[in-house]
Amino acid sequence: MESSKYLEDIASIKTMMSRSSRFMSLSGLSGILAGVYALVAAVIAHYLIQGHIQLFATNREDFLNLIMRMFASVELAGNLIILFLVTLLLAIGTSIVLTYKKAAKNKESIWDSSSKRLIANFAIPLIAGGIFSIVLIQYGIVGLIAPATLIFYGLALVNASKYTLGDIKYLGLANVIIGLFATQFIGYGLYFWALGFGVFHIIYGAIMYNKYDRQKDEK
Amino acid sequence: MSIINNINKAFDHRIRLGIMSVLMVNEKADFKELKELLGATDGNLASHAKALEKEAYIVVQKAFIGRKPNTSYSVTTKGKNAFKKHIEALEKLLGNN
Repeated sequence: MESSKYLEDIASIKTMMSRSSRFMSLSGLSGILAGVYALVAAVIAHYLIQGHIQLFATNREDFLNLIMRMFASVELAGNLIILFLVTLLLAIGTSIVLTYKKAAKNKESIWDSSSKRLIANFAIPLIAGGIFSIVLIQYGIVGLIAPATLIFYGLALVNASKYTLGDIKYLGLANVIIGLFATQFIGYGLYFWALGFGVFHIIYGAIMYNKYDRQKDEK
Repeated sequence: MSIINNINKAFDHRIRLGIMSVLMVNEKADFKELKELLGATDGNLASHAKALEKEAYIVVQKAFIGRKPNTSYSVTTKGKNAFKKHIEALEKLLGNN
């Protein structure tokens, strides 16, 4: 009789500690979808780049060709940036909607001090990485953009893991590692991107979905 | 017997236990957050917070955010130690049974 009350006390201390400091309603499904978007985007990017290379396979070095090549390069860069932004917005939008739904089900507020802290801690390394990538473009060090984005994204996840499901730390570490790996394979950035943002997200999302979401749906 | 003495009567209530748990892992928490987390009413939370304040386990900071008054709480070193002892006593009691 007495001991069951103590047990209850311990349990409620644990839940209060984690509920007040960690935002637990991140959706696993949104991780899977973000990964799928990233893979689709990587395939489109691959064809855009291949098309661009084939366009100039003839290697004519006259003036007209040079001008055309310049325009096409600018167009390709523009298309890739648009593709990147659309993918990013889709992924963020999906995760907001799904997380909102899950939070409503858990009766957790989506905008409280725990979620704000999570976003701030996630955003700091990510924004630093974004600015750093723009600097890389500025100096024409395009080959390091993919590794840099992977590394900074990974660090953002590791940093955020203290304020949400601890498991995202492993997704973060995996991204940091392949980011560092990618620095030694300049020119294959797209494939590392597809692996980090695509495949890893899908694996992580599936594990999270199994671990946290599915049992709850069955209940 | 000595273990029972470590069970702190000041924490012998769900709301007070909740306030302490939240403050142990957060630098501070304001009144509204605590209310939502614990599912307590204004009066209920205020009276339990007062009791903990009297024991000098927590301190109250009153400030203005814009024009709105904002009450927030944080745990004192005394409160931290007392709560740790309380948890240890609970765990020992459970272990012995």
